[in-house]
Amino acid sequence: MTKKSKFIYLTIIIFFTAAAIAGLKHKRKKILRKRSSKKSIEIPVKAPPFSEGIYPCSECHDDLEVNYKRRKLVDEHDNIVLKHDEKNRWCLDCHSAAKRNWLHLAGGKLVSFKESYKLCGQCHGPKLRDWKRGVHGKRTGYWNGKKKYLLCVHCHNPHDPKFKPLKPLPPPVRQENIK
Amino acid sequence: MTTNDKHNKTDKFKKFTRKNFLETAASAAGFMLTGCKFDSSLEELFRQKFRTLSEAEKKEIIDRLEKKYSKKYGKKFKVSRKEPIEGTLFGYALDLSRCIGCRRCVYACVKENNQSRKPQIHWIQVLQMEDEKGTDLFHSDVHYNPPKVPEEGHFYMPVACQQCRNPQCTTVCPVKATWQEPDGIVVVDYNWCIGCRNCMAACPYGARHFNWGEPHIPQDEINPNTHYLGNRPRMKGVVEKCTFCIQRVRIGKYPSCVEICPVGARKFGNLLDPESEIRYILKNKRVFVLKEELNTQPKFYYFFGI
Ligand code: SF4
Repeated sequence: MTKKSKFIYLTIIIFFTAAAIAGLKHKRKKILRKRSSKKSIEIPVKAPPFSEGIYPCSECHDDLEVNYKRRKLVDEHDNIVLKHDEKNRWCLDCHSAAKRNWLHLAGGKLVSFKESYKLCGQCHGPKLRDWKRGVHGKRTGYWNGKKKYLLCVHCHNPHDPKFKPLKPLPPPVRQENIK
Repeated sequence: MTTNDKHNKTDKFKKFTRKNFLETAASAAGFMLTGCKFDSSLEELFRQKFRTLSEAEKKEIIDRLEKKYSKKYGKKFKVSRKEPIEGTLFGYALDLSRCIGCRRCVYACVKENNQSRKPQIHWIQVLQMEDEKGTDLFHSDVHYNPPKVPEEGHFYMPVACQQCRNPQCTTVCPVKATWQEPDGIVVVDYNWCIGCRNCMAACPYGARHFNWGEPHIPQDEINPNTHYLGNRPRMKGVVEKCTFCIQRVRIGKYPSCVEICPVGARKFGNLLDPESEIRYILKNKRVFVLKEELNTQPKFYYFFGI
């Protein structure tokens, strides 16, 4: 074998090996991509309904002067008992006084009711982070595809967010009574 | 010979199934066995293990089962034999700081997976524990029944099959009727199980359940969407267990306990997908497995979301 043909053979071998490795890598990437649920579609479950006749707020509030004084509400909304850091907060910390149908963040930025989770996330940062990744809260649908997720307010009443106790389903039959 | 006699003879012959044969052989060897009757046909006696069958043979068996179940329950049955999805290894995580012990998961599982209502079989056991004692299995209570849960001073730990990477139940099975699938689900071939219950003794989590009696499920409650290795109706004398809802997860759905849990304590996904919910939990939360010291290496994790 001449020097020249040796060189040619070597080049060909190197070329094919490189091509094979690249091919394998590509395949692996493809599999990984297929597995990844990153691009999965996430659909919010319809926001829970407001109490009847309560929204839009502007309907009544547009004609009322804003009273900034912290107080117990007696004429309206008296069914709302705030149990959510109530010592430090009240209505206008979350509800906007300037634009009645909106909420607002601590910095004043307006947030619609559809995005109320942003408001929750101001204090509950780690929870918001977990929720965005599907780890806090409930998801249904497909683990590798379309999922439905719930908003904070589906499970937590924003005025009284602690999850309410439930009646448990019946305990299992005691072993000695299984027939 | 009268026709009646002939009939009796074939009947007798039919009853001579593989299981009966094994039972007789085993009891001759001095084993204590269940002595249950099985309704397998002759073909089932001579058939090979499901895993080693050809496509055509599998199809035939599935068709026969579908017909049998449809007739028995008066509903059109589907018995799937869907294979694992490439590149999946299933994992589960349960948030102990969320679970309130409401047992919704227990009954969703019973319904989805056609567990016997009478005698009762529950694949999920929710254990009530005392805050002071921590995860103390020995002093846990499965029969708690207050008007409302959670009860003050208690937390709850649902336990079902931990889907071990290193399962002891499969290694002790003398007939290899139970094994781990490539996607990590430990399954049972009910038609191959001889009911010796070795696996139940080997499982450190009490996750396997035996059909001591003929399982009974009301016709209107039966779930006709089944998988051969999962929730298809079982018979007396076989062992069953959680399969992560194999009939659901192999078509991409979440297990039904995940979907029912009102507090979102249950998380499920692909351990091989770095973007999955389950991997996020493993990376960011304080996670533990039950009875770690036994080296069963569960793919079922408990964590504290708070
Ligand atoms: S449904 Fe959820 S909260 Fe209720 S017992 Fe099961 S895991 Fe716990």
